[in-house]
Amino acid sequence: MTLKLLLGLWLSLVIIVGIAFPITVNPTNWYDLPLVPGLEDKARIIFFHVPMAWVTTLAFITSLIFGIKFLSNKNMDNDLKSASAAGLGLMFCVLATVTGSLWAKFNWGSFWNWDPRETSIFVLLLIYGAYFALRSAVEGEEKRATLSAVYAIIAGVTAPFFIFVMPRMIEGLHPNEAIVSSGKISMNPTMLIIFLSSLAGFTSLFFWMLNLKVRAERLELKHYLKGE
Amino acid sequence: MKTGSSISATWTIFKKDMYSELRTRYALNALLMFVITTLSVILFSIGNENVSPELLAGVLWIIIFFSTMSGLSRTFVSEEERGTVMTLHLIARPLTVFFGKLLFNLILLGALNVFTVVLYLLLVTGFSVVNYPIFIITIILGTLGLGSGSTIIAAIIAKANTKGTLYPVLSFPILLPLLLTVINATKLSVEGVPLVDAIGEFQVLISYLIVLLAISYLLFEYIWKE
Repeated sequence: MTLKLLLGLWLSLVIIVGIAFPITVNPTNWYDLPLVPGLEDKARIIFFHVPMAWVTTLAFITSLIFGIKFLSNKNMDNDLKSASAAGLGLMFCVLATVTGSLWAKFNWGSFWNWDPRETSIFVLLLIYGAYFALRSAVEGEEKRATLSAVYAIIAGVTAPFFIFVMPRMIEGLHPNEAIVSSGKISMNPTMLIIFLSSLAGFTSLFFWMLNLKVRAERLELKHYLKGE
Repeated sequence: MKTGSSISATWTIFKKDMYSELRTRYALNALLMFVITTLSVILFSIGNENVSPELLAGVLWIIIFFSTMSGLSRTFVSEEERGTVMTLHLIARPLTVFFGKLLFNLILLGALNVFTVVLYLLLVTGFSVVNYPIFIITIILGTLGLGSGSTIIAAIIAKANTKGTLYPVLSFPILLPLLLTVINATKLSVEGVPLVDAIGEFQVLISYLIVLLAISYLLFEYIWKE
């Protein structure tokens, strides 16, 4: 209960601070954020969009780990966790795609440009979609659990290929090059602290939501078994 | 001794599939007609337009991808439909089944791709390959990768209810890195760059193939036992 309130307070603070702190050319006060050329106020999206994209990946990895656990011990609870993580991952994936796309409209001029990052989040969206299409097409709990775990593993193994494939196809426009250029992060301490707090906040938000979802799914399963 | 017997078992599974295919020629005939149909639709829609060879390189792989999606699931789906899965469970080990069927799919896809590519080179006038070594290596590596990726997905969807529509949905995210790379390599062969410039593409294709075969080897048993 207190943890929940703390998390709410933490994320509210991050959101308020992330939106309210001024962006200046020469940061002098402790609350000033540096100006990134070409991004200006639009740079604030880093506090929300990047953590969402991070949680999308984290959710996929969580789902993958519980999938592997399920295959090794055939405990249905692991499948429940795996599916719940994937469900949350899908939600965060949609959020990351929409926020990124909105930002791209104002920074690059169009909602979608097939930038490498856009392509990889699109593929992740496709994988999540295919995962749930597979789950809904299989009857029998154990069969569904096994097949979806196997599919998640195959997708997880082939997805990293985009890291090698995409740079050969299209020039990247994504501003991670502008903010993290040649190993040097052009964020001042204030910006970095807000960014890291946001990452930590979103990560805890994911695990809190996962916990809630798993408990709700367990109850639903119990209810379903009782009704039989 | 053990490897020898599993190779001969794999060969037996392959021969069984080959005989049952040659008896009806169901997949082969349907696939050849599919390629001809798709190609004629493309030729009609091109008409007298001047289409750039780079674009036509992508179109070739669209034909190959969708013909793969329409035909290669049969090896596993037909076992489920005919109810012969249990017999296979009894007489063969999972991995021999997988590699037998993989071999069958690769041969089927290889034959199909030779047909598609020859037809495409003859009929689509705007498409002319400059560097043939790149083109041929791309087709071979693309066939191997496409065949391995679609075989393991075919094994998954054979256990699902809606097999036909689910197959491309599940395969596309898995095969996309391969498709993007082969399209890129085919573009290079059309542009006529030296062979050295395409080495990066081939490396991606080879490592993709190895990763897919390894993961199929590890996971097939779980799918097959369901």
